[in-house]
Amino acid sequence: MARFEVIAPVAERWDRLPRAVRAVALLALLVLLVILPHLKIPVLNTPDSDFATVLFYPVGIYVLVALGLNVVVGEAGLLDLGYVAFFAVGGYSMGLLGNRVHWPFFLILPVGIALSMLAGVILGGPTLRLRGDYLAIVTLGFGEIVHLVARNTDSIGGPRGVSPIPHPPNFNLFGYHVRFGILDPKPYYYLLLAMIVLTIVVVSNLKRSRVGRAWTAIREDEDAAELMGVPTFRFKLWAFAIGAGIGGAAGVMYTSKVISISPDNFIFQLSILFLAAVVLGGSGNIPGVILGAAVVAYLPERFRSFAQYRIMVFGAALVVMMIFRPQGLLPSRRRAKELLEPEPGGGMGTLGGETGVEMAPRPEAESAP
Amino acid sequence: MPDGAQPGQSGASPLLELDNVQVHYGKVEALKGISFNVNEGEIVTLIGANGAGKTTTLKTISGVRPLTRGHIRFQGQDIGAVPPHRRVEMGISQAPEGRGIFPGMTVRENLDMGAYARRGKARAGLAEELAAVYVLFPRLQERASQMAGTLSGGEQQMLAIGRALMSKPKVLLLDEPSMGLAPKLVAQIFSIITEINKQGTTVLLVEQNAAQALQRASRAYVLEVGKVVMAGPAADLLDNQAVRAAYLGGDIAGDDGNGATSGHSGSGGSGGSGGS
Amino acid sequence: MPPSPGPRLLELRAVTMQFGGVTALGEVDLHVDQGEIAGLIGPNGAGKTTVFNVVTGVFHPTAGEIEFDGKSIVGKKRYQVTQAGVARTFQNIRLFPDMTALENVMVGADAHHGTSVPGAMLRLPRHRSEERHGRARAAELLELMGIPHRAEETARNLPYGDQRRVEIARALATDPKLLLLDEPAAGFNPREKRSLSDLIRKVRDSGYTILLIEHDMGLVMNICDRISVLDFGRKIAEGVPAEIQADERVINAYLGVVADA
Repeated sequence: MARFEVIAPVAERWDRLPRAVRAVALLALLVLLVILPHLKIPVLNTPDSDFATVLFYPVGIYVLVALGLNVVVGEAGLLDLGYVAFFAVGGYSMGLLGNRVHWPFFLILPVGIALSMLAGVILGGPTLRLRGDYLAIVTLGFGEIVHLVARNTDSIGGPRGVSPIPHPPNFNLFGYHVRFGILDPKPYYYLLLAMIVLTIVVVSNLKRSRVGRAWTAIREDEDAAELMGVPTFRFKLWAFAIGAGIGGAAGVMYTSKVISISPDNFIFQLSILFLAAVVLGGSGNIPGVILGAAVVAYLPERFRSFAQYRIMVFGAALVVMMIFRPQGLLPSRRRAKELLEPEPGGGMGTLGGETGVEMAPRPEAESAP
Repeated sequence: MPDGAQPGQSGASPLLELDNVQVHYGKVEALKGISFNVNEGEIVTLIGANGAGKTTTLKTISGVRPLTRGHIRFQGQDIGAVPPHRRVEMGISQAPEGRGIFPGMTVRENLDMGAYARRGKARAGLAEELAAVYVLFPRLQERASQMAGTLSGGEQQMLAIGRALMSKPKVLLLDEPSMGLAPKLVAQIFSIITEINKQGTTVLLVEQNAAQALQRASRAYVLEVGKVVMAGPAADLLDNQAVRAAYLGGDIAGDDGNGATSGHSGSGGSGGSGGS
Repeated sequence: MPPSPGPRLLELRAVTMQFGGVTALGEVDLHVDQGEIAGLIGPNGAGKTTVFNVVTGVFHPTAGEIEFDGKSIVGKKRYQVTQAGVARTFQNIRLFPDMTALENVMVGADAHHGTSVPGAMLRLPRHRSEERHGRARAAELLELMGIPHRAEETARNLPYGDQRRVEIARALATDPKLLLLDEPAAGFNPREKRSLSDLIRKVRDSGYTILLIEHDMGLVMNICDRISVLDFGRKIAEGVPAEIQADERVINAYLGVVADA
């Protein structure tokens, strides 16, 4: 527990700071992120690839994806093992609508998000009545289905995928000419940064509303939530749709830069890496999830020689984390408590185990004397 | 009543002894240095308000909660670092609060789980144990092949106690066995506890139904916010003014549990509690 | 002193609940009138909690009719029953353990809030006003329960008795017409039981109707206006406390003999 107590005071101290101080600190952080691609910091720099490029992909994209997956896993407590599917739906939206229909990027972005949300609803509708392990298995299957459909449907490119894919249009912003090309990753980075900021605002607004409360209630005791008037199915579906939409947005943005995509850009392993980012960082806590995604994405780029071992290393790292710090690097305080603090005497000791019995359609009257 | 007010003063060392036991939940100190002992053949009861630390005490003895400081000795041996399943083998068995039966197993399978700790030679005599449990709780025999989750609350409580007995414990830890039971069953469960004790099992009993518990026990300890504040022969505590006021008295619940027909609204005083 | 019976609030007519071949409830008739404290007692396994579960939509009855406030609620979803005005507590406390007491109660208050997901995303005015209302209502209810100082504490860290109070507050926050209490005194000592009965009366006096399952006969006989007794899924008696206490069948099935050996 001591491990957790190092972090908690930091978070609490942050909460106690005056609003103005916090605003200034966040602004400073934002400025740092804006100039980051221009900085040449020797320690941070990636030896084998352009630093600014790495900031866009994988780092930035992973961060956005992790923010989305966190809504599903961290907030609503639904384990999704096939999240790459929504990233793929976004990616293929961009690829196909750009390549075939020649829609502009800024039209494809909302359409791609909408299509991903639709995919989320299609997956969630029939499956969200399942719980725990069953849901995880079904989502895993869904991820594979999307991948296989892409690979085996010739009309969307089959195994070769889609190419070429247009870049976002150039435009003038306050007299500054923004040019989306192959060479300069910075415009993409800024666009993505804007998207991430917007996502953070939206997701934290949700967290601090009846929606966020409903998600927490569902995560902690779904039956009790329902009986307190929370339409649990509807809110779980919303979590799925919102998470899917964010994942889809990441897919659109990623694809808008890479010129070509193929089904192999959307493999199962990515779902696991995304989930690893969320869990490693601290499920349910936005700064934690961002940190986790950045770490998972950045380290292999920084240490290229280790890249081929990364799955193994992450596997080992996750095992170590689960033993020593199951709540993640920067845990949500609530989740940390759920994981670490056993219940004090009496009270909710019976909350978990017995509830299954309690709620199951149990023939009470079977008990003859 | 063996060993009256001065526990530990008798020649033989106690079966179970807690010495300045402290337990923390995170930063919260749940037990603030508790000392007491249980001698062989006794029924000892812990009473006190909710949150006083009674359940925590039992969990610490059975080993599912680690202690931060202090000693637990069982038959003279310090068991503070002994894992829970080993403690069951040594002869400490608990019927937990909320019963904690395995709902998806049959009654018989639950009982078998109770004997899980008995290996090798210790398994001899298992059939007698099962027979003895069935004698105490005929209902369990009737329902041997039924899923435990489909039992009524009272039957589940019987199963929890029966299961605990299957390890042939030297000391049986009971956490609120009367909780949530119909008045008729409450009386029945308490008679069975007395019977179990008569057959040679030492009992440490945690109860909200202090009136019943004090009538059944030889000695009692009163816990308040993690400390033992009073100790003595159960009969003395039953007559103690402070105890009566806090845990027995009152017009509503003086007849707590068993005296329904006499407990007409109000004015019952501490009616049923006196019993004797 | 039983109040003059108000209009019928809840009525179960010939409700049967079967699980497989087992009959948990057999043609049970039961009713609760507005403004009363009704009691439901019976041996363990008699079907009391099943009554709560069919009323709150956890189970759908095999046969029979359940009317609440003049309308049938059979087949409604659980959250819809809550929104219609039925709230409950649980035998084993089921708070959201890592939310604060206040947040727990706010979840209850949300039952009647209509902020949409987009509205919450954009913090539209409706979200703001409902959030304010929910917070105020939750604080008010914690006050009524006598535990305003617990508002910011995590539910699982509360003493047992206060957890029960938060659970009642959370149920009341859904603005129910009928409050179902499932063994609220379980695990309470006599002193706590006394303050619980005061609390239940206070809740009734502030305009709620209560249906109570409880094994503590002292408490039941003391605060209930009317009591129904179930045994083996059937109603075997109904009446004012004095009648129930004298009822031969109830004594045999449930109360047992006075002396305990």
